[in-house]
Amino acid sequence: MNLWNILVSNIRPYWKTLLAILVFQAAQATASLSLPTMNADIIDKGVATGDIAFIWSSGGQMLLVSLGQIASSILATYFGARLSMAVGRDLRAGVFRQVGRFSERDLAVFGAPSLITRNTNDVLQIQTLVFMGSTMMLSAPILAVGGVIMALRIDLNLSIIMAISVPVLLALIGLLLSKMIPLFRLMQVRIDRINQVLREQLTGMRVVRAFVRESSETKRFANANDEVTETALRSGQLQALMFPIVQIVLNLSYVAVLWLGAYQVDAGKMQIGTVMSFLQYMMQILIAVMMSMFMAMMIPRSTVSADRITEILNIEPSVSASPSPVKDLQRLGNVRFEGVSFSYPGAERPVLEDLSFTVPAGSTTAIIGSTGSGKTTLINLIARLADPSSGTVFVDEVSAKDMQPLELWSLIGLIPQKGFLFTGTIASNLRYGREEATEDELWKALEIAQAADFVKALPDGLQSAVVQGGTNFSGGQRQRLAIARALVKNPQILIFDDSFSALDLSTDARLRQALTSQLPNITKVIVGQRIASIKHADEIIVLEDGRVAGIGTHSQLLASNATYQEIVGSQLSAEEAA
Amino acid sequence: MSNQVSSNNSRQPQGASGGPAGRPGGPMGFGPRPGGPMGMGMPAAKSMNFGPNAKRLLGRLRPERGRLLIVILMAIASVGLSVLGPWMLGKATNIVFNGIISAKLPVGVTQAQVIAGLKARGQNQLAAMLQGMTLNPGHGIDFSALQTTLIAIIAIYLGAFLFGWLNARLLNSSVQATIYRLREETEDKLHRLPLSYFDTMQRGELLSRVTNDIDNISQSMQQTLSQVLVSFLTVVGVLTMMFTISPLLAAIALVSIPVSLIISTVIAKRSQKMFSDQWKFTGQLNAQIEETFTGHALVKVFGKSKQVEAEFAAKNEELFKVSFAAQFISGIIMPSMMFVGNLVYVGIAVIGGVMVANGALSLGAIQSFIQYSRQFTQPVAQLGSMANLLQSGVASAERVFELLDAEEQSPDPVDSSLPESQTGSLSFEHVNFGYSADKVVIKDLNLNVSPGQTIAIVGPTGAGKTTMVNLILRFYELNGGRITLDGVDISKMSRSDLRSRIGMVLQDTWLFKGTIHDNIAYGNLNATDEEIIAAAKATYVDRFVRTLPDGYQTVLDDEASNVSAGEKQLLTIARAFLAKPNVLILDEATSSVDTRTEVLVQRAMAALRADRTSFVIAHRLSTIRDADLILVMEHGDIVEQGTHSSLLAAGGPYSRLYSSQFAGSEE
Repeated sequence: MNLWNILVSNIRPYWKTLLAILVFQAAQATASLSLPTMNADIIDKGVATGDIAFIWSSGGQMLLVSLGQIASSILATYFGARLSMAVGRDLRAGVFRQVGRFSERDLAVFGAPSLITRNTNDVLQIQTLVFMGSTMMLSAPILAVGGVIMALRIDLNLSIIMAISVPVLLALIGLLLSKMIPLFRLMQVRIDRINQVLREQLTGMRVVRAFVRESSETKRFANANDEVTETALRSGQLQALMFPIVQIVLNLSYVAVLWLGAYQVDAGKMQIGTVMSFLQYMMQILIAVMMSMFMAMMIPRSTVSADRITEILNIEPSVSASPSPVKDLQRLGNVRFEGVSFSYPGAERPVLEDLSFTVPAGSTTAIIGSTGSGKTTLINLIARLADPSSGTVFVDEVSAKDMQPLELWSLIGLIPQKGFLFTGTIASNLRYGREEATEDELWKALEIAQAADFVKALPDGLQSAVVQGGTNFSGGQRQRLAIARALVKNPQILIFDDSFSALDLSTDARLRQALTSQLPNITKVIVGQRIASIKHADEIIVLEDGRVAGIGTHSQLLASNATYQEIVGSQLSAEEAA
Repeated sequence: MSNQVSSNNSRQPQGASGGPAGRPGGPMGFGPRPGGPMGMGMPAAKSMNFGPNAKRLLGRLRPERGRLLIVILMAIASVGLSVLGPWMLGKATNIVFNGIISAKLPVGVTQAQVIAGLKARGQNQLAAMLQGMTLNPGHGIDFSALQTTLIAIIAIYLGAFLFGWLNARLLNSSVQATIYRLREETEDKLHRLPLSYFDTMQRGELLSRVTNDIDNISQSMQQTLSQVLVSFLTVVGVLTMMFTISPLLAAIALVSIPVSLIISTVIAKRSQKMFSDQWKFTGQLNAQIEETFTGHALVKVFGKSKQVEAEFAAKNEELFKVSFAAQFISGIIMPSMMFVGNLVYVGIAVIGGVMVANGALSLGAIQSFIQYSRQFTQPVAQLGSMANLLQSGVASAERVFELLDAEEQSPDPVDSSLPESQTGSLSFEHVNFGYSADKVVIKDLNLNVSPGQTIAIVGPTGAGKTTMVNLILRFYELNGGRITLDGVDISKMSRSDLRSRIGMVLQDTWLFKGTIHDNIAYGNLNATDEEIIAAAKATYVDRFVRTLPDGYQTVLDDEASNVSAGEKQLLTIARAFLAKPNVLILDEATSSVDTRTEVLVQRAMAALRADRTSFVIAHRLSTIRDADLILVMEHGDIVEQGTHSSLLAAGGPYSRLYSSQFAGSEE
C-alpha cells in the first residue's frame, strides 16, 4: 500500500492536473469510440442506399471528431507529462532532503549506495509509472468500458462473442505472463551471476594469471553463459508465442462476429454496417485489455520501489537540532566523553560502551584499536553526526546536543578515512569549508598537509580539475588534500579518521611534524591503526571491542597495557618500539 | 509510448545494494525499460562507423544461415497468410451484403433485369451499385458459400499463427546462439590481453562492454531482425493487396507515409535534443546525489547542507523542465500518427463509400481495405523506431568489436623450454622496462637470487616495487635484457609453466564467490581434501574455518563480510601454500587488520617463505631484518642493495628511509 500512499500524497497537490488528464482522456476515448458508429452510418445509410451526400457529410463529421480526438489526446499528454515529471521532481527532492537530515547512524542502516539507487532509480520507476498511467492506463478502462457499452447497444448476441474472447485473451496472456515473469526474475539473477564472474575475473586478473587459472575461469564463465542463454531461450520461446496468440484471438473473434452477424443480418435484426462497427469496437476493447495487462506488469516493480522509498521517508532522523541551543560558545576546543555508549537499534552488542575520557584543548589525542572497535563511531559522536545511546559528549563543556549544529561544526575540521573529494577543482575543494580563503591560505594549508609539492607540479596547479570522488588522484594525494581542506577551515578541533593510512611512512612523519609545529593550539584527535602514526601523541586511548582498554602515553601503555603491547608487537619488533 | 527506452545500459552506482532489478521490463519491448539510473552511462547513441560494424555484426550470424533461411521462408509464409486474411474477410462480407440485397429482390428476375428496372425508374445511383455486385434475386445470404469462406479464413489464420510462432522461436534461438558465442569469445579474449591493456581501461567500462553492451546487442538484434523482416514483408504484401483492390484508395493511403514520416522526423528532431538534455541533467543530478550521499558527513560538518540542497533544487527544477518538454514533445508523435491514420480512415470510408455506391467497388473490398490501411501504418512507424534501436545496437557492437580487436599479448613460444632443475634461482640481466615507451621505470637492472633467499624490496610509494613483481610473473614484456628462472629465459617458457612455479599473495585479497574449500583449492586444482586441510592448517586458516557454522563449505559472499580482512589474507596465503611454488611473491599489507589475526598472518607468511625463494614487498621491520638481501628502490632504480646491517652501516638512502619510516622520531 506504500505505492498507493506515495501516489496519493504526491499527486494530491496536482489534483487539477489530474482532473484535466481525466477530462481529456475521456474526451479522447469518446471520440475514438464514436468513429466506428459514424462509419457504420456511412455504410448503412449512405452506401446501402446510395446516398452520396450523406456519405460526404458523415465524412466531414468524422474528420471533426478526429480533430477533436487529436487535440484532446495531445492535451492529455501535456498534462500527463507535467504531472508525472512534477511527481518525480517532488519525490526526488523529498528523498534527498530526508537523507540530508539523516545522522551517520541512519545512513549506515541503508548504506550510501542503496540510498543513491533509491533516490534515483526508484524515484524514476514511480515517475515512469505515473507517466504511463496517466497516458495509457487511464484511457484503457475508459475505452474498454465505453467499447462494451457500445457493443451491447448494438447487439446482445454478438456481445456473447466478446464475452468469450475477452476472457480467453486475458487467460492466455495471463498464462504466458505468469510463466514469463518468473523467468524474467531468473534472468536477472543469472545476468547478475555473469556480471559477478566477470567482475571477479577483472579484479583478480593478476591472481588468475599468476595461478594459471584461465581455463577454469573460462569454464566458470561458460557455466554462467550457459545458464543465461538457457533462460533467455526459454523466455524468448514464450515471447515468441505472445504476438501470434494475440493475433489469432483477434482474428478468430473477427471471423466469429462476421459469422454470427451474417445470421443476425439475415434475420433482419441488424444491418451490415453495424456488424462492421461491432468488429471495430471489439478490436478496441481487446487492445485496451491487452494494454492494461502490460501496464499492470509495471506495478509489482513499482511496488518494490515505493516500499524502498517509504522506508527512507518514514525514518525519524536520530539526530535533531536542539530547540533552545546554547549561545556564546568559548571556542577552545576541548572534548569530554562522560559514560558514553552507542549501539545500533536491535544490535546485540553496543559499538561503544561506557567511554569516559577528556581531550584537553590544544592536545594531540590518539585513538587506536583494530577494525570494528568503534573508532569511526567515536568520531561521529564528537561531530554530532550521531547521538550517543546514553551518556554525554561535551565540547567546550557544553553538551553537543545543546549546541546549534552549525556552531558545533564550525569548530570541527573533519578528515574522513577515504579522503573523499568533491567534483570541481583543487581550489574549490580546499575552500569547501571557507569560501573566502585567500590563495596564500590555501598554499599554507597545502604546505602543512605535505601536498604543496604535487599540487605545484600539476600543470593547472590549484585550478586542476577534481573528478567525482577525487579518483583522478592517488589515495595518498586525496588524503593530503582532505587534510588541507580541513585546515583551510581554521577549526579548533581537527579530527583525523585514519587519515594517514595511504601515506607512506616518511610523508606521514613529516606531516605530523608540521601539524605539531605549525598548529600548536589546535586540538588534534587522531584515529589510527599504525603505531608509528600515533606513538607521539600526548595521550593514546586504546579501544577494544568498544571499550577503553587503556589510556596513557606510548611508553606508559607499552609498559603496562596488554592490548597495546599486542598491537605494537604485531607492527614493530620489541626493540624498535622501545 | 514514451521514449525512455535504452536506459538499461547505465552504470549502477558501485555496489548498489538491491535496487529495482535492472532487467529491461516487459515482453515485446513494450513500455519503457527502466533500470539503472538514467543517463549515467547511456550508450553513445551513434556508432562512429555504422556501415562496417553493422555488416560485421550481421556476419556473426553466418553460422546460423541455415536456420535463418528457414526463418525468412516462414516469415514470408506467415505474412503472406496474414495479408490474405482481410481480403478473404472482404469476400465473406460481400457474400453477406449480396445476400441482403438479393433478399429484397423478387424471385425469378435476373440481376440485369433488376438493374434495368432501377434505371428505368431513375434510381441510377442504386443501379450503379448493384451493377458491381453478384446478386441472386430472391435468395437470402448464401450460407454455404459463407461457411466455406469463413472456414478457409480460419485455416489461413491458423497457418499464419503457426508460421509466425515458429519463425519467432527459430529466430530467438539463432540470436541467442550468436550472442552466446559473442560472449564466449569476448570473455576468452580477456585472458589473452596483456595486463597493460587493463591499465588503460577502466574496469567498469570493460565490464559494461561484456555485459551491458552484449545485452543491448542481443535486444536490438532480436527486435530488429524479426521486425524489420516482418514489417518489410507486411508493407510489400499490404501494398500489393491495396493496389489490387483499388489503385485510387491505395494512393490515398500512400500519401500518409510521407506525411507521417515528416511529422515524426520533425517531432523526433526536436525531442532528440530535449532527450539528450534530459540525460545530461539526469546525469548531473545523479552525480550530485551520489556525491552528497557519499560525502554525507563532510557536507554536514563543513556546514554545506543548505547550499547543497539549494543546488539540488535548482538542478531538479531544470530536470523537471527538460524532461517534461521531452516527454510531451515525444508524446505528441503517437496522437499525430493516430490522427494521420484517422484521416486516411475517413478518406477511405468516404471515397470508398462513394465508390461502392457507384458500383466501382464492393463493400467487402472497402472493409478489407480499411483493415489493410491499419496494418500498413503500423509497420512503417515501426521501421522508424527500428532505426534507433539498430543505431544503439551497432554502437554497442562497435565497443565489443573494439575489445575483440585489441592487440593480444605475444603468443607463447612454440617449443617452450623448461628448466631442468626446479630450485628457484632467479636472475635479472640488464633489465630495462617502462609502462610506456617514453617513461623508463626500470633501467639496466642486474640481480642474482640464489634458491631459498628472501629478497625484501623497500622504497617509497611509486618507486617501482610492484613493477618488479609484474616482470617476474611476466605480466609485462621487457624492453631490454632478460630474466631467467633456473637458468632459462622466462620469455622462452610458456606463461603457464612460468607462473605455475611462482606463488603470489597480494595486498588486496582477491577471493571469488564460492566456498572456502574451493577458494583454497584454486591454488592447485588437483589437490586432495587432505592436502587442502593440511595447507589450511599450516597457514592458520583451519582454526577460524572450524568456528564457522559451515566450515570449509562456507560460501564467501560478494564482500566476504563473513570473514574478516585478516582471515581473507590468511586464505590467500593458504591458496599460495597449496600451489607449492618454487618462487614466492608477497606483498605485505600496510594497513593492519585486527591485532591477533595480524600475528597469524605474519606467522603464516613465514611458513610460506620457508625454503622458498621469496620476493617480499616489505612494510614490516621483522621481514626486512631477516631478509637475505634488501633492495632499496627509488624512482625505478635499485639505489642500494645489501643486508639490513650492511645498509645501515653504509649510511645511504636505506638508513635515511629506515630512520624516517621505521625508527620514526624515536627520541
